[in-house]
Amino acid sequence: MLASVSLRAGVATAALLALGAAASAEAADIRIACYSDGNECPATKTLAERFMKDNADIHITIDEMPYKQILESVPVQLAAGNGPDIARVSDFAQVAPYQLDLTPYLKDAAYWQQAYGPVLDWMRAGPEDKGIYGLMTQLTVSAPIVNKTLFDQAGVPVPAKGATWDDWAAAALKVAKATKTPYGMAWDRSGARFSGPAISEGAKFFYSAGHPPVVDAGFKAMAAKFVKWNQDGTIDKDVWVSTGGGYRDAFEEFANGKIAVYLSGSWQLARLQKQIGDGFEWTIGAAPCGPAACTGLPGGAGFVAFKGTKSPKEVGRFLDYLASEPVYAEWMVMTSNLPANVDLQKKKLDYKLSPAGVAAMTAFQDNATTLTPLAYKLQGSQLSRPMFNATVDRISQAISGQITLDQAYERITSDVADAAAAKAKK
Amino acid sequence: MLSTAARWFGRLYALVMNLPERPMRWAQGHLPDGRLGWLFVGPNLAIFGVFTFLPIVIDFYYAGTGGTNLLPTERPWVGTENFSSLLACKDYFDPNSCVRDQFWYAIWNTSKFVVLQVALMLVFSLTTALVLNRKIIGRGFFRAAFFYPVLLSPVVVALIWKWVLQRDGVLNAALVGGGMQPVEWLLGARSAFGWTVFVSIWAHMGFYTLILLAGLQAIPADIYEAASMDAAPPWRVFRRITLPLLMPSVLVVFVLGLIRAVQIFDEVYVLTGGGPGSATTYLVEFIYNTGFSSQVRQYGLAAAASLLLAGVLLVLTLVQLRGMRGTKGDSRG
Repeated sequence: MLASVSLRAGVATAALLALGAAASAEAADIRIACYSDGNECPATKTLAERFMKDNADIHITIDEMPYKQILESVPVQLAAGNGPDIARVSDFAQVAPYQLDLTPYLKDAAYWQQAYGPVLDWMRAGPEDKGIYGLMTQLTVSAPIVNKTLFDQAGVPVPAKGATWDDWAAAALKVAKATKTPYGMAWDRSGARFSGPAISEGAKFFYSAGHPPVVDAGFKAMAAKFVKWNQDGTIDKDVWVSTGGGYRDAFEEFANGKIAVYLSGSWQLARLQKQIGDGFEWTIGAAPCGPAACTGLPGGAGFVAFKGTKSPKEVGRFLDYLASEPVYAEWMVMTSNLPANVDLQKKKLDYKLSPAGVAAMTAFQDNATTLTPLAYKLQGSQLSRPMFNATVDRISQAISGQITLDQAYERITSDVADAAAAKAKK
Repeated sequence: MLSTAARWFGRLYALVMNLPERPMRWAQGHLPDGRLGWLFVGPNLAIFGVFTFLPIVIDFYYAGTGGTNLLPTERPWVGTENFSSLLACKDYFDPNSCVRDQFWYAIWNTSKFVVLQVALMLVFSLTTALVLNRKIIGRGFFRAAFFYPVLLSPVVVALIWKWVLQRDGVLNAALVGGGMQPVEWLLGARSAFGWTVFVSIWAHMGFYTLILLAGLQAIPADIYEAASMDAAPPWRVFRRITLPLLMPSVLVVFVLGLIRAVQIFDEVYVLTGGGPGSATTYLVEFIYNTGFSSQVRQYGLAAAASLLLAGVLLVLTLVQLRGMRGTKGDSRG
């Protein structure tokens, strides 16, 4: 009797296991490599779980990893044919050869063109490319973040809309001296951060021939100012000089009250709220001006799909779901990000933020309106990263006194030309 | 109960130990004389072949290709272009006159680092070994203390020193506490370079001290007794007895330290990232940045630079082998 019961139980268990295996074999697996600026990956996971409830034939796994791993490992995995189905990337040029054109898999490609048109170019290989390769998970805007408490203590007004970079530098230094703060300003160690002010100063980056010369009078004007500010103590030299290598932000310096003005961007909002909170009063300044413009640089990361996926239709369905206006709006609210969707940019999203956070979001949105077409074009260039890297490497060398500014200009030009030549070799 | 378990264990042990017997008998019977050895070294050779020799061959191939594609089949053949680009210089002593200035900064930085680090490490290791070889109080503790950093991961070593040396680090906190001005240790090219030398010595000195200590303990005590009976002064004892008899160990330390110094990467990468500017960018970091870290990955250029580095290491290894043979010959004579 006992043997018969255990036999039946065994058969039932085996049948259940077989059924489960069959069900999971039917579901299309989608693997997403994701990194978070704030909470982008957990928020996407929440939406993915909801999507899976309504779409039992799709199983989504989100692998959260550091930004550096996305930059360094995902392109190698893709080249080796073992990449994820989707990845959140900010350097689209690096994964461009592996991107999947989603157009045939989307419910309404015209909606994507209309709603996400201005940023779709960033994922394209060139002007002749008309594919849809992914969905921006945010639109970021660089802007000065201000320690208002220090400005108030120093009795210095925060530079208003229309103030130049020189005005900002002078005000920041005045605040630093009056409040005995170590430095007036800090800029993230990033070529993208430098490029907005350079465009404001008149840098063109592209000429009619299309090949980027990078260094021109406007670029030189901003570079000379930036080096001088680093050397005279207006800017915290530590951020750009003390470490070689790549990106470094100056958030900790700002959060610890060691600088009065911090040039970063909208992606810092979650950290500003969480880490600083009401520790001191912080605000977002209007984009500083130069003779040519008052612009920062737009940017952001996006989910791009890859050719290697075995489930292109399902990838298209999931990205369609995320791109739909109500879901995308909810996603932006969850992650406290500016939307890349042009229709949502015109609407006021109900962000769950503190009063300072809401004011910051409004200021970032205002700054987005002053972004120049050149700033958008630069961000979308296949050579933007080599330009940014060369700028950081060579300007850092000039600040540290290893080379002169003129040598730095020559090297930036030759570094970008070298990268362009390497990319062109097939 | 215990004896049953022991019996079972014995049977199992015998079974496992006898497993190779049949295939070995078969091999002895069927393989010609002198070929049996290949059977033993075969697995090792296969592993070396796949994980060491094959990558070397691939490295040679990549060094002759260009572009940014990863797969060898998608890379265009450029011949010696990568080498000529790396070696193109108007004045080899001025990196700014070279096409690949970062490579030459790395070469000169590495050369200076090797000379300074190896010389200082040899002096400090020898001094420490001599002190630890004496009958001092707490000798066991000090031996362990000097060896302890060797047990730490290079990343941990670098992070510890970064916390000490950064602007708001422990060292500056101590200076400010003592009423002095903080110093930006990692912002100046010279001081950052000096600290990379110091941290590297701190991390590795224990290992070399241990080798020299073993060498010191191998010197027969009766030689020292004879010298003491002759009332030889300590400096002469050191110069005429200790140093000549310690020479084989010193040579090992010298060559191992030299090879390790040329390969310096991990501690410095975490401590300074190669900065300020390129002041602490060494050769391996240049290779890593060129091939793996920059957004436009020039695998061919990185492979060519790594072959040049391999050439340097090969020369150093040959020097070591020659030196070892020389010291063996001396001891026989």
